[in-house]
Amino acid sequence: MAQLLPHKDVVIMGLGWTGAILAQELTESGLDVVAIERGPWRDTATDFNIGYMPDELRFAIRKELFLQPAQEAMTMRNSVAQTAMPMRDYSSFLPGSGVGGAGVHWNGFNWRFFPNEFQAKTHLTKRYGAKRLNELQLEDWGITYDELEQSYDKFEYVCGTSGKAGNLKGQIIDGGNPFEGPRSREYPLPPLKMPYSSTLFADAAKGLGLHPFPLPASNMSKPYVNSLGVALGECTYCGYCERFGCANYSKAAPQTTILPVLMKKSNFEVRTECEVLKINLRPDGKTAKSVTYIDTAGREYEQPGDIILLCGYGLMNVRMMLLSGIGHAYDPNTGKGTVGRNYCYQTQGSAARLFYEGKHFNPFVASGALSSGLDDFNSDVFDHSALDFVGGANISCGTSNGRPIGNRPTPPGTARWGAQWKKATAETYQNATAIGGQGSSYPTRGNYLDLDPTYKDRHGRSLLRITFDFPDNDLRMSRYISDQLAKIGKAMNPKQMVVSHATKGWNSVPYQTTHNTGGASMGAKPDTSAVNKYLQSWDVSNVFVLGASAFQQNEGRNPTGTVGALAYWAAEAIRDQYLKKPGPLVQA
Amino acid sequence: MPWGVQPSRRRFLASASALPILAFAGGAMARSISGTLPWQAFAGEPPKPVNPLGWFFFTPDEVATVEAIVDRLIPADSLSVGGKAAGCAVFIDRQLAGAFGKSSKLYMKGPFANGLPTQGYQGTLTPEGRYRDGLRALNDHVRTGHAKSFAQLAPHDQDAMLAGLESGQLDLKLAQGLSTRAFFELVLQNTMEGFFADPLYGGNKGMVGWKLVGFPGARYDYRDHIEKHNVPYPKGPISIYGES
Repeated sequence: MAQLLPHKDVVIMGLGWTGAILAQELTESGLDVVAIERGPWRDTATDFNIGYMPDELRFAIRKELFLQPAQEAMTMRNSVAQTAMPMRDYSSFLPGSGVGGAGVHWNGFNWRFFPNEFQAKTHLTKRYGAKRLNELQLEDWGITYDELEQSYDKFEYVCGTSGKAGNLKGQIIDGGNPFEGPRSREYPLPPLKMPYSSTLFADAAKGLGLHPFPLPASNMSKPYVNSLGVALGECTYCGYCERFGCANYSKAAPQTTILPVLMKKSNFEVRTECEVLKINLRPDGKTAKSVTYIDTAGREYEQPGDIILLCGYGLMNVRMMLLSGIGHAYDPNTGKGTVGRNYCYQTQGSAARLFYEGKHFNPFVASGALSSGLDDFNSDVFDHSALDFVGGANISCGTSNGRPIGNRPTPPGTARWGAQWKKATAETYQNATAIGGQGSSYPTRGNYLDLDPTYKDRHGRSLLRITFDFPDNDLRMSRYISDQLAKIGKAMNPKQMVVSHATKGWNSVPYQTTHNTGGASMGAKPDTSAVNKYLQSWDVSNVFVLGASAFQQNEGRNPTGTVGALAYWAAEAIRDQYLKKPGPLVQA
Repeated sequence: MPWGVQPSRRRFLASASALPILAFAGGAMARSISGTLPWQAFAGEPPKPVNPLGWFFFTPDEVATVEAIVDRLIPADSLSVGGKAAGCAVFIDRQLAGAFGKSSKLYMKGPFANGLPTQGYQGTLTPEGRYRDGLRALNDHVRTGHAKSFAQLAPHDQDAMLAGLESGQLDLKLAQGLSTRAFFELVLQNTMEGFFADPLYGGNKGMVGWKLVGFPGARYDYRDHIEKHNVPYPKGPISIYGES
């Protein structure tokens, strides 16, 4: 029997980016907020200690900071015809755990989505006709870029993002991304210093008439004091970003931006190593009354609250909704139900690996988001009229790390061990770079999330089941992108180039990306979205579901910037609208 | 901390700044924190260098086999010492003796069944079990054909045998869910980990792997070199415990 605890105004599941943002904003309004986090407390000095953070084996290979499958696993299959099996180790993607969540281990790419992507269905239907979208299940998000602009701005200034604006209030600025949506002001910091590979790429791209720009990086190009008064240090290009916490206080994370302010508030509390089991609904099912969680000693507690915020990783939010009966589970046969609908990933297969002789790329002189890239072939920037797909990719080249367990390229045809391998490895380490295409992932009727019928977690709850394969539309996109990046690669004049593209049969084994989106998508209509434009559940009005689970599709960009912006957007709606009049903010 | 060798030290630190305001929060690890940014000096979890002497997991037979394998995967030549002298077998032994070997972080609930290639490893054996099974089967196979152990074969024959494991042409008929190729991949991956991980884990002796490719290790600050394009980095590697 769970022990009933004293009431709180707001109960948050998960203290990562969105949990920290919501807690900070709502405590400012005087609310009493508790966050329940299943992972440990983590701070920079202790857990991202500079004395031992540069340890590839411990953090990148054994993945110490990540969620471990023993705690929560998921099952996967490529289609409904297959039987899903548990991913016994996480490898295709790596969910975070602990205070800071995925904000600890990200690379730092801090993008805004393209304005047209928020109206993907309307925009693409108008431009190319409904027939082009037949295979896809695109929807509008119920929100516009213009509505979200100030929230993007807030997140970028909390994070201290390094970059160059390409569109200031409609005016195209040289050196930035001319295809981005208009921003109200310049980035808070100038771009990072570009490495050799990125300058080769940018020169080649310019020569082809393309528009390269330094990618927006929440790795500090200079010392920075953020909008909450928290100081961050200058990036040292150490090459230990993704999968690591930053020991230099130079990568934006909840620890380096929000928690130093939030944790000092008497109206905020975090309970760590406490795992939410279920959201409990009132008998009418229209509001939630409490959260049941379990601590590491196996004791259960019931925490009542007026507002419940699901701030876990997107996939966990969807699972919690399904386990708690919040909304209706999506059924791919009927197309009915919305929880689990429009799950998308990211199409990462487009790449050109370039090999040279006599170069010194110094891949270890690196930062997470240190890249030059271009959007000429992303989203709907280019005309798809004569093409057979929609969507696109950001194409980029940079150095994120040179850690040698994971990063020691050899030319194709090289043996993977023995004397030939060793010679090629020694020769190639300084002589290789790559151009990558980060492609969009668009929803289909058959790609979705639900509860697995067989496999359970250690508390006996069903695991989340992922049914996903790359849609043919996205595979055609990937081939097209590979053709484009091959042209740039050729202009970079390598001795040898190997070009690849995405293929059918999503494989859960090799690492690809942790950009899982959708499943609790936002929208204007309750039959095609699980939450409204304020991320409020259509069915249970005091539950808000944050994170990339709200996306209707994933575009050719990293999702964190939009996750952060939507968090500020939802916080504002709760503060300015919901608190004055609790209940549905949008009438279904 | 090498995996699972010791429980989290932080769990036992009653942080002065973390208020145990929940009277019921007497659990070993669950904490309530409010009104402060908890931090305590010397509360980190530095990794503990492995004991370089002896064997903690492998039997003497297995030691001989693994040392022979790592020395063929990474042979000694003019570029560097081989896998054995680099400590790769010691590295794998210590990994298998710790949490990695026991798969304490993996999802190991049934039912078990052979999945599709896209679904990854679906066997019941933990890495330590996979090594036990694979090494035994490998030597059984070699003894049947050659009346010798793997370690006693000529290097050329060892290479042929490893190539057979890699391609799957040689089927060792291992436990449920464990293909011969998957066993080879595990050994290859762990050998490379040993050659390129920080020396504190028992491999990469003298930072030989890092010197081979020119990786500077744990330097952590390249601000003075970011704009020196196509210029060799002038400094050699440094390890976490300061070896340079």
